[in-house]
Amino acid sequence: MTSPDYIKISQGTVYDPTNGVDGEVRDIWILDGRIVDAPTDAAVRPSRVIDATGLVVMPGGIDMHCHIAGPKVNVARKMRPEEKRKAELIHSTKLTHSGTMGSVPSTFATGYKYAGLGYTTAFDAAIPPLGARHAHEEFDDTPCIDKGIYLLMGNNHYVMQCLQKNEPEKLKAFIGWLLTAAKGYAPKLVNPGGVEVWKSHQAGNVSGLDSLVDHFQVTPRQIIGGVAKAATELRLPHSVHIHCNNLGMPGNWETTLETMRALEGHRGHITHIQFHSYGGGNGDENTFNSKTIPLAEYVNSHPNITVDVGQVLFGETTSMTGDGPLGYFLSNVYGGKWFSSDTEMESGCGITPIKYRNKSLVHALQWAIGLEWYLLVNDPWRVVMSTDHPNGGSFLAYPQIIRLLMDRTYRQDVIKTCHPQVRERSTLGDLDREYTLNEIAIITRAGPARILGLKDKGHLGAGADADITIYTPHDNKETMFELPRMVIKSGRVIVEQGEIRDPLNGKTLHVQPDYDHEVEADIQTWFEKYYSIRWRNYPVDLSYLNESCVVPLK
Amino acid sequence: MTSASTQCYAPTANVPGELKIVQDATCTFCGCVCDDIDLTVKDNHIIEAKRACVLGKAWFLNHHTDDRPSCLIDGKPATLEAGYDRAAQILTTGKYPIIYGLSDSPCEAQRVAVSIADWIKGTIDTTTSVCHGPSGMAFQGVGEVTCSLGEVANRGDMIIFWGSNPAESHPRHFTKYSLMPKGMFLPNGRKDRTCVIVDVRRTKSAKAADIFIQIKPRKDFEALWTLRALAKGIELDPELVERETGVALSVFQDLMAKMKACKFGVIFFGMGLTMTRGKHCNSEALLALTRDMNAFTRFTAKPNRGHGNVTGADNVVAWRTGYPFGVNHSRGYARFNPGEYTTSDTLANGEADSGMTIACDPMANFSQPAREHLASIPYIALDTKETPTTRAAAVAFTVATYGINTGGTVYRMDDVPIPLRPAFESPHPSDFDVLTNIEERVKKILGIT
Ligand code: SF4
Ligand SMILES: [Zn+2]
Repeated sequence: MTSPDYIKISQGTVYDPTNGVDGEVRDIWILDGRIVDAPTDAAVRPSRVIDATGLVVMPGGIDMHCHIAGPKVNVARKMRPEEKRKAELIHSTKLTHSGTMGSVPSTFATGYKYAGLGYTTAFDAAIPPLGARHAHEEFDDTPCIDKGIYLLMGNNHYVMQCLQKNEPEKLKAFIGWLLTAAKGYAPKLVNPGGVEVWKSHQAGNVSGLDSLVDHFQVTPRQIIGGVAKAATELRLPHSVHIHCNNLGMPGNWETTLETMRALEGHRGHITHIQFHSYGGGNGDENTFNSKTIPLAEYVNSHPNITVDVGQVLFGETTSMTGDGPLGYFLSNVYGGKWFSSDTEMESGCGITPIKYRNKSLVHALQWAIGLEWYLLVNDPWRVVMSTDHPNGGSFLAYPQIIRLLMDRTYRQDVIKTCHPQVRERSTLGDLDREYTLNEIAIITRAGPARILGLKDKGHLGAGADADITIYTPHDNKETMFELPRMVIKSGRVIVEQGEIRDPLNGKTLHVQPDYDHEVEADIQTWFEKYYSIRWRNYPVDLSYLNESCVVPLK
Repeated sequence: MTSASTQCYAPTANVPGELKIVQDATCTFCGCVCDDIDLTVKDNHIIEAKRACVLGKAWFLNHHTDDRPSCLIDGKPATLEAGYDRAAQILTTGKYPIIYGLSDSPCEAQRVAVSIADWIKGTIDTTTSVCHGPSGMAFQGVGEVTCSLGEVANRGDMIIFWGSNPAESHPRHFTKYSLMPKGMFLPNGRKDRTCVIVDVRRTKSAKAADIFIQIKPRKDFEALWTLRALAKGIELDPELVERETGVALSVFQDLMAKMKACKFGVIFFGMGLTMTRGKHCNSEALLALTRDMNAFTRFTAKPNRGHGNVTGADNVVAWRTGYPFGVNHSRGYARFNPGEYTTSDTLANGEADSGMTIACDPMANFSQPAREHLASIPYIALDTKETPTTRAAAVAFTVATYGINTGGTVYRMDDVPIPLRPAFESPHPSDFDVLTNIEERVKKILGIT
């Protein structure tokens, strides 16, 4: 008997850390876009057998923090024509659209490139809710991958008002309402409180966790603690996602440590932690050094905390952030063009071109600190690979990072090309840990899936989405990971050896928490007083989502 | 590939003779994109448009469905099917097809238009290239410090209009966003704001100003550069300044003092700046001045965009191609070159051999060489009404009006996306439908799956 719908990936070497499979030869069966147990009836034959003998099989990659859609990403596209002509050309084909690359690829190119790399899910980490509709429209033009957005809330007036008046139930309801209205996945804090100060003061910002945000009379500490608690109580699949105060500043490691403490035991994800792990002070480059060790120790001993790295790679890129004052700071450092936009009631934004140079002490240290993070967090389930694309570099650099983690000789060779002080001011040169393939599978798919609360992703057990990447093993891990043999998304072969075969449009992952709907009347009163659009026109209708996927609560 | 449904809010059914209210409908007549209009609809007519300005009222109340065929081929009535076939044939036969317009279509239709341009290896360009294209180019040079319109309403205590006449072009600008609102940090509304208008003539808007500064025509750049110098504390020759700009140095000094003293300044600029001598250099000077001012206080700038969804067009073209307008696909990938791939230039150079115009009227407002060339090539025109452009088209589609008959998404001039709530159905197809049908046929002809 032939069942026309079964696909079998036969005899691959499987890495599925969630299910405790570490490099075992297995068959994987797929039916209707999901992974299933092998049929018990031996007479059942698959309609297609993919021979994976000698190949490595992993779940599809998950990028839990990148910037690929929405208002600021699109501004960066418009702002940087100069880098596109010399970048790789993306031609149209009989199957696919043309596109442009550079540090901020066009939507179609983004989808194709993620898929070509074996990634099947990605989350844009900083969407102002007022621009959520825009992000979802772009997602509809971003093929091949499943997508979601985190909503900027760390400078939201209603959030700060609830905290000021000590109304945690209201805050919880507001977050529930906002995630539902904007079809978001998680609450995101970007420089909590600091962006609001930036909006009302020249070069304004907060200086630490206990700075007061004027007008609202709240502190970053209150915002972090309050939203973390609300996220827990709403049983959101992902925790609060935090871009700490003082990003990039020498001596900011103490702010980062205080941020972790401000969680008060609630789950919290600290993003691009590399940018927040600096010693030194007073803007003096000579004192700049790595403080990864004390921070990693704190993470190691506090299981409520997870991090992604925000690895810096040498070369040119575009910095884009919801952190308005940071954009101002960086544009003054680099002196290039600068975009800044403040969004009413919600957030800010800063964009500027930057270039990381290996001979620069600061840049080389940033690079080293990123790698230290991977190597100093003991539990790979709590550290996730990211470049904060495109801030530290492109997501296309992931294979290079994998090689740096799996091959210490190569790592030492690159250290030699860097500013010589890197060895003294970081511990990277002394670390000889090497990642295994299993650990790579954790930090690129199984770990982020668990941190995000995605039960159907990041693993190859029965019931999981059939998002699967097959690699050809190679001694050079960069070579192995940059060109997967085959990528399967929702049970369909979408890429073979870098060629797009089936540019399907993915799902949008979002949440629908239970919240007290009575609070909506109060939100509406506030909204109508201060917003420039109408209350009824704010929520994003389901029609904007190619395919809606509501991820269950915890 | 495009999968979004064409209408997030389809018009609800009308019962003959009964009144229907559509709340919070969106006016697409100007870049203000007011989304607070309550429409009263009776028998496929809008009889009231609450809160709309004169222009908005005219847009809604004078709307009538053109009693003409939905499709004309060579001026003769034809079926839609025949029109789609002919359109696809024209677009796939040419060696240098161009697609132009887009600024009065919802994003959903714009996306299909960009797809077609990609498949046929043609040029896609929008009316941005003839209005705020120079601002787009200036932006690529220096960036922009800006904010959403609600920020202006809540914080803007110094509002400058430069080469822009919102009293006539954006009638609700003052009341809804920039001057009158009682904002979070401006409890007394207009009293808490200073309004400055800079223009080469005393426009209707000048009445609203606390300070009106009339500069010599074509001297915007010099005036802006004077302010930049004053911001930096550079000494200037009073005679030279007055001779060049027609304004005394002391006036600029006074203005600069006020700019530095305000808490949150906003400069709105219009085509009086971008389409006069200096063009993108003028915009660049203004954007640079705004940036400079952030060393003293908070300052932002924003172009006062015209057409309903020109901002959406910039966004859609940018997210799909990486460039905001003037994009050519002849080599199978996107290239950007304003002055070459901008339609008025392409046509004036006699370069395109086929085309499609969407909700725009180049036969009425392009240069004579451009018009002559367009008239000489086969092209398709989509519009809600008969225009000089539809009259000379090989295939002309009469389409439904967005925001009145069809839904979709529109971007306000500050990039805020807003859904449309249409009032009643049109007998004509939407531009999204027409374009989708053409795309299907184009793909078939080209063997695209
Ligand atoms: S200001 Fe513009 S968008 Fe608003 S009602 Fe008037 S014409 Fe319409
Ligand atoms: Zn980020």
